[in-house]
Amino acid sequence: MKILVCISNVPDTTTKIRFTDNNTAFDATGVQWIINPWDELALTRALELKEASGEAIEKITVINVGPQTTEPTIRKALAIGADDAVRIDAVPEDAYAVASNLSSYLKDNPYDIILCGIDSSDYNGSLVGGMLAEFLDLPSVSSVSKLDIDGGDIKLNREIDGGSEVLSTVVPFVAIVQKGIAFEPRIPSMRGIMMARKKPLNVVPSGGEAALTEFVSYDLPPAKSACKMVDAENVKELVDLLHNEAKAI
Amino acid sequence: MDFLFTEEQEMIRQAARDYAERELIKDVLERDEKAEMPTAHIKNLTELGFFGMMVSPEWGGGGMDSLSYVLAMEELSKIDAATSVALSVHNSLVCYGIEKYGNDAQKEKYLRLLATGERIGAFLLSEPEAGSDATSQRTIGEDKGDHYLVNGTKNWITSANLGSVYLVTVQTHPEKKHHGINVLIVDKDTPGITLAPHEDKMGMRSSDTHSVMFSDVKVPRENRIGDDGFGFKFAMKALEAGRIGIAAQAVGIAAGAMERAIQYSKERKAFGKLISEHQAIAFKLADMAVKVEAARNLVYKAAWLKDNGHPFSLASAMAKQFAADSAMEITTEAVQVLGGYGYVKEYHVERLMREAKLTQIYEGTSEIQKIVISRSILK
Ligand SMILES: Cc1cc2nc3c(=O)[nH]c(=O)nc-3n(C[C@H](O)[C@H](O)[C@H](O)COP(=O)(O)OP(=O)(O)OC[C@H]3O[C@@H](n4cnc5c(N)ncnc54)[C@H](O)[C@@H]3O)c2cc1C
Ligand SMILES: Cc1cc2nc3c(=O)[nH]c(=O)nc-3n(C[C@H](O)[C@H](O)[C@H](O)COP(=O)(O)OP(=O)(O)OC[C@H]3O[C@@H](n4cnc5c(N)ncnc54)[C@H](O)[C@@H]3O)c2cc1C
Repeated sequence: MKILVCISNVPDTTTKIRFTDNNTAFDATGVQWIINPWDELALTRALELKEASGEAIEKITVINVGPQTTEPTIRKALAIGADDAVRIDAVPEDAYAVASNLSSYLKDNPYDIILCGIDSSDYNGSLVGGMLAEFLDLPSVSSVSKLDIDGGDIKLNREIDGGSEVLSTVVPFVAIVQKGIAFEPRIPSMRGIMMARKKPLNVVPSGGEAALTEFVSYDLPPAKSACKMVDAENVKELVDLLHNEAKAI
Repeated sequence: MDFLFTEEQEMIRQAARDYAERELIKDVLERDEKAEMPTAHIKNLTELGFFGMMVSPEWGGGGMDSLSYVLAMEELSKIDAATSVALSVHNSLVCYGIEKYGNDAQKEKYLRLLATGERIGAFLLSEPEAGSDATSQRTIGEDKGDHYLVNGTKNWITSANLGSVYLVTVQTHPEKKHHGINVLIVDKDTPGITLAPHEDKMGMRSSDTHSVMFSDVKVPRENRIGDDGFGFKFAMKALEAGRIGIAAQAVGIAAGAMERAIQYSKERKAFGKLISEHQAIAFKLADMAVKVEAARNLVYKAAWLKDNGHPFSLASAMAKQFAADSAMEITTEAVQVLGGYGYVKEYHVERLMREAKLTQIYEGTSEIQKIVISRSILK
């Protein structure tokens, strides 16, 4: 069995977001890039499954649609423990283009389990996983918080409003994962870091379709105003502020 | 000249930071309070490959450069120097010393296990009456032909309990003074070795520090490193490298305190504005930033010289003295920036201040560094 983890290259979650060119482009100056946190957890779960599977899971591949500048992020995934990596050489202009590129590669290079994150922490599209499954004509399960393999038996927990469902499926399938899928991302070991450059990172040309959407402009949310402290004793003042100033009640 | 880190160095820094921010932070206050050893952390850091990270892959180590190691030390020390000190002693004194000066049989038997962290190393030089003046060793290593018979006491030994491979300096020919000193690799479980209780310290309370007593301890002759009488030179050479680790630790302590001071100054208000908007506080932060950066650059340069095969004894002494003294100043000022909150344990900076103090003392006090530096520039 082979597992594929789709990884998105996103700005570090503490990045101060700025725009350039009249608010039409993201300013990447000085930005630290990381593996999208869900994807890092997905990779961690894939590694746990592989380690527990004996020989049953033979390899874990990570794949990214992106230009050469995403390679350090891909190598981080190799350092954490992926066996090999694929970079589809294309600028990920929208979720459609990303999913289309992934599917055109996967049609010739099938995997049993394909893991995507529930959303990317930069554009929060929540689209790639679903689109990819559709393009590949595969079953997909969204909001997956748990994934277990017991022999040929695959069990997934899916978070729903007020509870969770347990589903079973057969390979191949796409799981769109979220919180819970792994406890916390794995820290790469020194050996892993030194091995990363020795593992295969195959660059393949773009085989997907062009983007369907285009950016017009970005707006930053209004700056958060300073927090007001109200004395715990003074409930009246709090109610007054909530009613008259915040207009929340 | 290139001031950029490689991708691997960045990954190592991040790995160390992640471990510190996720794991060390959880129990650092409690371990400090109870003076509890960081046994579980040492095990985890071993699994991640930090112990033995600079040893050549030929001997089973990580094969990383000193700059990578310095980055790891810095990040771990921002949160918990009591844990990072074990890493420093293991890597830059014990592994470095055996790899550089030991013979193949010693490397096969000891370095291999040190390289993977399966065994942890300790460095036993100081004695009740031989601290800065390491030449006046009272621990005797009597030459008995096929073995040395060791008697004496070593003081303040880091990792005396967690460690099991001891590098012990002994006096074999008192009449030859420091030319009579040898260094022996000693297994901790050799009969005749006893540990005094854990020292109750001002800072780095959770680091494992004991006096170690030797009473008729038999150490095979083949465990001597180098020729007869090489021990003092060995200790000085190992300390040259060790100082880079402690200097990096001092940078980490300083940077950790500074980051907390900056963060706090942007949240705390006094007289109607954030304290960071009071110039007296902003200037303190500026002073901290300059000192951290200067110390960092001295440390990185010393590491770079070592990695590139240049002499680094002056550079590592400068780095250690400046980084340690700066760490003391910066942590003291960080407590000041946090005011009353800085003085209570929950806010960490008072602990960092206590930790900083030790960097001015061990592996050569700041005064001793100035002796090394002044001798070198007056030559
Ligand atoms: C209109 C538009 C224009 C954009 N222009 C650019 C641009 O010019 N340059 C640029 O760098 N980015 C650009 N992006 C961002 C980039 O396209 C995103 O990676 C892509 O849109 C997917 O983001 P998402 O939020 O829709 O993904 P989501 O659907 O939220 O992502 C979910 C999961 O899909 C997978 N995934 C997402 N992206 C990738 C990827 N690239 N490779 C592999 N797996 C992936 C991951 O598993 C991720 O967890 C643009 C995005 C949009 C919407
Ligand atoms: C927590 C802790 C852990 C330690 N870990 C280890 C370890 O793992 N292995 C090990 O071998 N040792 C270890 N040490 C010992 C440490 O290296 C010594 O404490 C240090 O070298 C100073 O020696 P001393 O305490 O005897 O002070 P002294 O040498 O007595 O110095 C006292 C004061 O006199 C000053 N002084 C001394 N000589 C001169 C001079 N010529 N000119 C100017 N000033 C001078 C010193 O700078 C200092 O201020 C550790 C110490 C501590 C506290």
